[in-house]
Amino acid sequence: MNVTTVDVTTSVTTAETRLASTHPLPRHRPSMRRRRYLANAAALALAVVLLVWTLAPIYNMVMIALKQSGDVFSDHIWPAHPSLESFGVVLTEGHWYLQNFWRQFGNSLYIGAMTTLLTLLIGSLTSFSLGRMRIRHGWLVSNTALLTYVIPASFLAIPFYRIMQSYGLSNNPWAVIAAEVVFATPYAIIVFQEYGRSIPLDLDESARLDGASPLQLYLLIYLPLMAPALVAIGTYALLLAWNEYLYQFLLLSSDRSMTVPVALARFLNSDVAPWNYMMATAIVYALPPVAIYYAFRGRMRAGLTMGGVKG
Amino acid sequence: MNSASAIDIGRPASRQETRWRYWRGELKGSEYMWALAFIVPYIAMFLVFVAYPVVYGLWMGSEASLYSQLFADPIYQSTVINTVLYLALAVNVKMVLALLLSGFFMRPGWWMQALLMIYILPWAVPSLSGFISIHWMLNGEWGFLNNLLYTLFHIDGAYWLNERWLAMGSAIVSHIWKQLPFWTVILLAGRMAIPLDIFDTAKVDGATGMRCFVHITLPLIANLYLTCTLLSTIFTLGDFNTIFFVTGGGPANLTHVLATIGIRNAFDLAQPRLGVAAVMSALPLMIPLVIVLMRRLRTAEVQL
Repeated sequence: MNVTTVDVTTSVTTAETRLASTHPLPRHRPSMRRRRYLANAAALALAVVLLVWTLAPIYNMVMIALKQSGDVFSDHIWPAHPSLESFGVVLTEGHWYLQNFWRQFGNSLYIGAMTTLLTLLIGSLTSFSLGRMRIRHGWLVSNTALLTYVIPASFLAIPFYRIMQSYGLSNNPWAVIAAEVVFATPYAIIVFQEYGRSIPLDLDESARLDGASPLQLYLLIYLPLMAPALVAIGTYALLLAWNEYLYQFLLLSSDRSMTVPVALARFLNSDVAPWNYMMATAIVYALPPVAIYYAFRGRMRAGLTMGGVKG
Repeated sequence: MNSASAIDIGRPASRQETRWRYWRGELKGSEYMWALAFIVPYIAMFLVFVAYPVVYGLWMGSEASLYSQLFADPIYQSTVINTVLYLALAVNVKMVLALLLSGFFMRPGWWMQALLMIYILPWAVPSLSGFISIHWMLNGEWGFLNNLLYTLFHIDGAYWLNERWLAMGSAIVSHIWKQLPFWTVILLAGRMAIPLDIFDTAKVDGATGMRCFVHITLPLIANLYLTCTLLSTIFTLGDFNTIFFVTGGGPANLTHVLATIGIRNAFDLAQPRLGVAAVMSALPLMIPLVIVLMRRLRTAEVQL
């Protein structure tokens, strides 16, 4: 079950120090200097290409959001009269399509938060039982987790939708939360088990001799020591819920129960789409995950294993 | 069974104990109960929300007549071609670029680190935001791309999303835009895990950049690269968002892939069984992939 926990904590800074230590300053022979100069120029050119490639859609999003309503259909590549009007409209729900924006944003937040909490809870409990208590036949559970991890979520959507209807859970956020947790937990179990290996089992053993119950072991030893992995997986689960569209679209249909992506996508192929408002909404919606990603980036790296994105 | 009971004759107590040990393992009484209680939520969730839908889906798609109806549908036929193209191009171009760029990001310097932080942005931005921006950016009349082409070069850009192959290409490029940063970071991590003394030794022997890559980095990272490629193949096969937001399956339903055609059959045509059948037709590709991946993920890791 060693799913490639490459320890990336040390990422770039280490590369720097490593390379610095292995490449002692070159003797300044002219040919060497010219080669170095050329290599740097090529690197700079590549960096510019990468920046343009990465930022073009993001620039487009910001530019359209800064346009005024009458200005959207124009051939400028910058906003002729930049204004924050569309952001104001979004934040005050000032357009008919944005009527329930805050409600929908709240729904997204609720689904994201619940997905994160439940993924952490179920994932850590399962990994504790599998990895620390070494329950018999645990490998069966590990394998079902691995199997769920490699089944594409979108392939299960139709039967899942019908089953939710028969459970009477249509238009209920908990149906969506169930779907997100189901597809986030396998990865959580894999990573937790892997990370748990670094915590010595003797610790549990001596606590047990002192009379600690398994619940105390879990709460007082396991969870605190797993904190970095919990943060990484928490971020992963939140990003997964925030990226997910299909299940939210199928399971939430009323104006007041749907999430921001579902509300926004309704206008994607309409001729009357208010593009500047839609882009402003898209930016507001993107802010929480981007902020959280950059805040926990170091931790993310620490626990980041393969397949951190799914669906 | 017979031989086991023959051995057990005369020591029924120990047989009972063996059975207990078989189920409980090394755990004693209450501890076993705790371990069971901890694992039950996951098992229950798996049965209700994974196993049951899987079985239900298999049952829904079990009628043979569905498949003759499906294979006769010209839209399904184009979907299969699209899916193969999407997998072949999106996965391989993305992984090769990720491999090369992970080498680029090994360069020292603060500005490389700053660049990496910006470069990761498409992955952190939710797919909805990124893809609807691309959708409007590719608009033939008012899109940013064509405006840019006209302003800079006075070229009239194409109607990117109105023609099948251009739209398919746009979707593939969008997919790469969104997923490339993640795989770059994973392969970067793989490169970082290679012990430096190997390179030092090679340097002493006179190996330089390209030869180091071919003879050291590549063999050491090949295993990881292959696992990533397989994993990415299966994620890309299930990728619904890119096609849905960027092309919407259009023009005229000609850019669907298997992940989106199932939903279209089930909800736009109100034929859920046909939708499940479309998804199930991916099984001949999916099952071998899943088997290989399960083996690789269980045993092989970045073994450097």
